[in-house]
Amino acid sequence: MLIDWFTIAAQVLNFLILVWLMKRFLYKPILDAIDAREERITRELADADAKKAEAQKESAAFERKNQEFDQQRNALLSQATEEVKVERQRLLDEVLQAAEALRAKRQEALVREQQTLNDEITRRTRKEVFAITRKTLTDLAGASLEERISEVFRRRLRELDAEAKGRFAKILNTSSAPVLVRSAFELPAEQRAAIHQALNETFAAEIDVCFEIAPDLISGIELTANGRRIAWSIADYLTSLEESIGELLQGPAKPKTKPEVDPATQAEPKPKPGTQPVAAKETQ
Amino acid sequence: MNLSPDEIIFWQCGFFKLNATIVFTWGLMLVMAVGSLLITRNISIGLARSRWQNLLEIVATLTEKQIEEVGLGHPRKYLPFLGTLFLFVAMAALFTVFPGYEPPTGSLSTTAALALCVFVAVPLFGIIERGFGNYLKSYVQPTFIMLPFNIISELSRTLALAVRLFGNMMSGAMIIGILLTITPFIFPVVMKALGLLTGMVQAYIFFILSTVYIAAATRVNTSKSEVDPIEP
Repeated sequence: MLIDWFTIAAQVLNFLILVWLMKRFLYKPILDAIDAREERITRELADADAKKAEAQKESAAFERKNQEFDQQRNALLSQATEEVKVERQRLLDEVLQAAEALRAKRQEALVREQQTLNDEITRRTRKEVFAITRKTLTDLAGASLEERISEVFRRRLRELDAEAKGRFAKILNTSSAPVLVRSAFELPAEQRAAIHQALNETFAAEIDVCFEIAPDLISGIELTANGRRIAWSIADYLTSLEESIGELLQGPAKPKTKPEVDPATQAEPKPKPGTQPVAAKETQ
Repeated sequence: MNLSPDEIIFWQCGFFKLNATIVFTWGLMLVMAVGSLLITRNISIGLARSRWQNLLEIVATLTEKQIEEVGLGHPRKYLPFLGTLFLFVAMAALFTVFPGYEPPTGSLSTTAALALCVFVAVPLFGIIERGFGNYLKSYVQPTFIMLPFNIISELSRTLALAVRLFGNMMSGAMIIGILLTITPFIFPVVMKALGLLTGMVQAYIFFILSTVYIAAATRVNTSKSEVDPIEP
């Protein structure tokens, strides 16, 4: 008999036990392990995908930022270049202007300095010339000169024009104070008398005269009455000349046209036609 | 010369007996259980794992894939039963390399017991999946006339399962026995290798047929004739 019923039953039981054993010790742990691994791999893949997506996003963002940065940089660079160009031009202009201004200032300073120097030279020269002149004339002044001066004064007095004579006479008449005659040196009695006489003759009146010595006249005679004056003196000549030269130098600085100071010609002043009638000038 | 390991009886007490079939089955069970226990004891869920674990994973996943390909929706549910069926038959054939070993599947009692298990499992899975009424209805499909034929089909295929496996396994052992008397050298080794191959093929056939029967029984709204396999 090929079939044994007890064996069949035993084998069925054995097989069922084996199924349980296999399920318990083989399939369940193996399948659980496979599931766990698959889940882990899936999770890791998802994680990797997420990271990849994030990386791509980051990369895109970085790329975008890079491009933006490039554009910004280029814009800034061009702007800076433009600004530098403008600034350079501005600075150049400024420097040119400053240089021009400095040049002008220096030129002006030079001119001013030259003018000051010229002025100084002129002033000193004038001063020296007048000093020399004064010294010379003072040295020359003496009794004979005084006499000659007195003579000249008297002649001038007589030669006064009618109008001046009238004006002076009027003053002499109205004033009670004596006429003051100033001279650089003590006038001798005869000269005093001559002058007195000349005055009386000129104004046709008895004039009270008072004589005074004034060394600052250098050489000459001055007649003063009630603020009016009739004089002839070298000091007057010199003052007139000084004023004339002073007026000439007061004008605009013309270094080239400015006359060179020649002490030789200045030592002896020659009264110009315009300044000459000082001899018997009438001042108020 | 024994035709079946049933005939080798180690111990007998009335109806109870301890023959070679049972003893070798126990041996196989022990080896399989202890082997599984040892391999899965230090199971790894990481990418690095032992070779034995790899082997078991390959077997488990391949079996699962096969069950799915046949048409069962949730292979995990059927894997312990069908997988064990395959593994038991395959191990029984594989162990023939050991001298003195008699494959339990070479006994008609064992194959009948396995066929009986399939015979019970098919309606059981069918009822669980489709419900009792629906499963019974499949016997009168497409017409009521088909009922006896369907019942005969159920019985005959169970018988065919048992006899096919028994015949193949027993013939392998028989051929070796006969050849040993005629050409004791070299040729039996070739036949033994061939026997191993045959045993593997039979394990696969037994497994796949059982899967197909269960798939046919659990398939909803499908004509039985459409999924009825062509038996080898």
